Amino acid sequence: MKLFKIRGGVHPDDRKQLAAGQAIESLPMPALLHIPLQQHIGAPASPAVRRGQRVAKGDLLAQGQGVISAPVHAPTSGRIMGVGSYPAHHASGLSVPTITLQPDGEDRWADHIQGVEDPFALEPEEVAARVAKAGVVGMGGATFPAAVKLNLRKRYRIHTLVINGAECEPYLTCDDRLMRERADSVIDGIRIMAHALGVERIIVAIENNKPEAQAAMAVAAADDSRIRIARLPTRYPMGSEKHLVQTLTGRETPARGLTADIGVVVHNPATAFAVHEALRFGYPLVSRVVTVTGGAIAQPRNLRVLLGTKVQDLLDHCGGFRVDPERLISGGPMMGQPLPSTRVPMVKGSNGVLALTVEETNEREPMPCIRCGSCVQACPCGLVPLEMAAHTRVGDLEGAVGLGLMDCISCGSCAYACPGHIPLVQFFNYAKGEMAARGRAKQKQAETKRLAEQRTARMEAIKQAKREAMAKRKREMAAKKKAEAEKKAAAEAQGGQEGQTDRPVRSASETEA
Amino acid sequence: MSIETPAAKAGPFAHEPVSIPRTMGLVMLALLPATLFGIVQFGWPALYLFVATILAAILAEAASLRVAGKPVRPYLMDGSAILTGWLLAMTLPPWAPWWIGAVGSLLAIVVAKQVFGGIGQNLFNPAMVARVALLITFPLEMTSFTVPTPLFSAHAPGLLESLAITFGVQGFDAFSGATVLGHVRTELGQGHALSAILPEVFGSVSGAVGTVAGSMGETSALLLLGGGIFLIYKRIISWHIPVTMMGTIAVLATVMHLVDPEHYTGPYYHLVSGATLLGAFFIATDLVTSPVTRLGQIIFAAGCGLLVYVIRTWAGYPEGVAFAVLLMNACTPLIDHYVKPRVYGRDRRGQPIEYADDAEVQS
Amino acid sequence: MLAAIASLTTLGLALGLLLGIASRYLKVESSAATEQVAALLPGSQCGQCGYPGCGPAAEAIASGAAPVTICPPGGRALAEELASLLGVTADLSGVEDKPPMIAHIHENICIGCTKCFKRCPTDAIMGANNMIHSVFADACIGCELCFDVCPTECIEMRPLTPTLQTWFWPKPEAVAA
Repeated sequence: MKLFKIRGGVHPDDRKQLAAGQAIESLPMPALLHIPLQQHIGAPASPAVRRGQRVAKGDLLAQGQGVISAPVHAPTSGRIMGVGSYPAHHASGLSVPTITLQPDGEDRWADHIQGVEDPFALEPEEVAARVAKAGVVGMGGATFPAAVKLNLRKRYRIHTLVINGAECEPYLTCDDRLMRERADSVIDGIRIMAHALGVERIIVAIENNKPEAQAAMAVAAADDSRIRIARLPTRYPMGSEKHLVQTLTGRETPARGLTADIGVVVHNPATAFAVHEALRFGYPLVSRVVTVTGGAIAQPRNLRVLLGTKVQDLLDHCGGFRVDPERLISGGPMMGQPLPSTRVPMVKGSNGVLALTVEETNEREPMPCIRCGSCVQACPCGLVPLEMAAHTRVGDLEGAVGLGLMDCISCGSCAYACPGHIPLVQFFNYAKGEMAARGRAKQKQAETKRLAEQRTARMEAIKQAKREAMAKRKREMAAKKKAEAEKKAAAEAQGGQEGQTDRPVRSASETEA
Repeated sequence: MSIETPAAKAGPFAHEPVSIPRTMGLVMLALLPATLFGIVQFGWPALYLFVATILAAILAEAASLRVAGKPVRPYLMDGSAILTGWLLAMTLPPWAPWWIGAVGSLLAIVVAKQVFGGIGQNLFNPAMVARVALLITFPLEMTSFTVPTPLFSAHAPGLLESLAITFGVQGFDAFSGATVLGHVRTELGQGHALSAILPEVFGSVSGAVGTVAGSMGETSALLLLGGGIFLIYKRIISWHIPVTMMGTIAVLATVMHLVDPEHYTGPYYHLVSGATLLGAFFIATDLVTSPVTRLGQIIFAAGCGLLVYVIRTWAGYPEGVAFAVLLMNACTPLIDHYVKPRVYGRDRRGQPIEYADDAEVQS
Repeated sequence: MLAAIASLTTLGLALGLLLGIASRYLKVESSAATEQVAALLPGSQCGQCGYPGCGPAAEAIASGAAPVTICPPGGRALAEELASLLGVTADLSGVEDKPPMIAHIHENICIGCTKCFKRCPTDAIMGANNMIHSVFADACIGCELCFDVCPTECIEMRPLTPTLQTWFWPKPEAVAA
């Protein structure tokens, strides 16, 4: 099919040969699982189990909260050891609410787990609801709840489903292996998603460095004339969904918009596989394929791991480190995040664990910018990274925003190409985070102001009420006195009728009391 | 609200095998053939001047870094000072006294580079600032060119004699000559026609190979072209600046030559003479002082070409590359401000793209 | 000589007149500036700036008597906004030296005296007579007014800890860019 050109990009050494030949194997049952309640974009799930409770595989552990959220299920049968705080699978090293599960070794599915005979007979809403209930999120790393994307058809005129099998990040091979080994299941998942979206055009896009996956998917999709396989040139960041859609359709997603704005929904093959499992068998998302690789790993592998397995367990299974790694990363080397320790658990969005050697990372001390323009040429978004970084460095974040900071997708092409080894991406991540923090601070300030005004108004109202009460009493007093005086005067005028003078005095004293 | 993290570095964790020292080193490698040719052609004095200029550049850089309180070693090792000294030496008359090179290096490094904030911060090309300053301050020394006297040839000065030429107090009248550009300029000024002047001084082969009087590293058009193509192949520079600059000069020269062949020289003459090739491949392409976008580079280079031709043809100097590049350097911030790539998902004015058949369902 | 004096005098007078007219017609309404500043300030009357409330502080900032960096709850963002509003350059280095703090009530020491929540400018403390009080983290501005009045010293000012949603990469320390 006809492909369109995208701007910029880089050609990193893909190093996929390290793990591409390794078939997916299941990791042995770990001793303990730490299942974080936030494995997705959106609101954290709220726990639905108690300490000590026994759960079966697939039982609900935590319920999603709100529209953009996802539930979390038990990856295996066992006993809940606690609901507490545990280091997150995140560069910050912060802890998050986490459920600790001790597997009983039986790996017994819950009784209520049940698939659908014919998913295509279901209403599209019902498909999306089942996907939501299974806790499926975008498994390419963005972890956006998949069901929300399947429901986009309500607000947008969707005509195309794109399956993003580009896997443009170097090293990673999990999608490649999944498409090679489980092509039928992936295609089935894709067809179910297409049914939910109501689209007639499906494009499975795979980079040319994965010819086996291209072939396997083409065979599996042969009976469905709606599905086309797009063979993409190998270039980073081909897997950025906006750039992938541009490559396939020639259209750019409007700034600050979604691909749905131009009628396209993009999903990952692993997500399609999870949808297949959720609909056909009723399995919630409790495991995923992870590539454990890098020059420092003794035996690179593709592993099917239960969510909540510690990174250390994966490393142990791969023979540990061959040499001391320079960097331990979750995800690919371009957009992955450094892991704070090996005891953090695997989550729905983690597609790789990389242990890279010094030679692989090729880090150097940053030098000043020589304005060579390599970053400008590399940027797939048409930005001028060197200027954005210069503005950020001197604290002019507004200036950086004016230059397009918010259009930056943090793909890392600029920093990859920079001969000065300037940490451009970190500048932009910092600037984006700081801008968001300022936004929150501003919001809080507005809220503070509202609260303070409310309080002032309330205080004023109370004072006013008090004043009015006081005034009222004064008036009453005055009225009483007046009445008294009048009565007195009347009494005096009448004179000598003593029986009548007693009463007003008594009533006045009653008022007083 | 950021906190200290165990791994305080964000990605990417892969990097293209590039660095600033590598960039500078490759540029020097590309300059090497033309430099060696210059040294062989103009003899020991050229080598002495070359060494003196580069040494002065290194010393000036080290001293400036120390005064500025910056780490001396990593910045000195980036190679930018050596390259500046090297480029400056290439543009000097080969038999100029050592202090011309030394003063030039001081001007380039201290005044044109470090005062602006060091590497990457300078507005003007340091080597060209130095060359122009020298040309204006020491016009005699800067225009006393010598005819080629290849090493070990009959007329070539020996090692000691050369020391006297470069480091002596006396000038060297005996070997003075003029560059082709200078000679043609003078003769034209006296009312002679080109058909009478050119055959004497300019041959198409000698012009390309560089066996003519001129600055130390500017004469060999072929070797400079080879170095430039090597840099483009290595992706240190892109083709946009050299091709546009040479193209502009060639077009202007062709048009004027067609209008009046007796007073305006042809495009070939302009391309191989003087500093055109050195300027197009090594001076105008200076990363720091040229625009960062491709379109900006094309505008910049067209401006350079235009100014070179105008200065050579109608202004007071026979050669205009240095002036042209400096004038366009001054325009670089302006070009970079106005010429930016179109941002993904936005139109040229920066507004989000809108499609007529918008997919959003109006509800 | 005379001509020169006359022409210069005329020039001076004319320009002076122009300046006079300009100052009359292009005058910056100081009360308007005060209002604009007051609109930006939090309005919680917390008094951390040393002025009795946000109104007087706004006046002081607008007139230049107080620096734009005076408001601790507003932090760096507010200082920048004020600086751009008033067209001054502010030294922001001193701002936000301490991380944002919020009050925390130790429930085992709290006696439910209600003193703190009466003082709270943003109603961030919940409670009633003889009931243990607690703080709404979202509404607390860290003004420390409650901290000062608590008779049992059960209120502690704690730094606001980042979450996965609020954490972001620190600015690179590199010399470069």
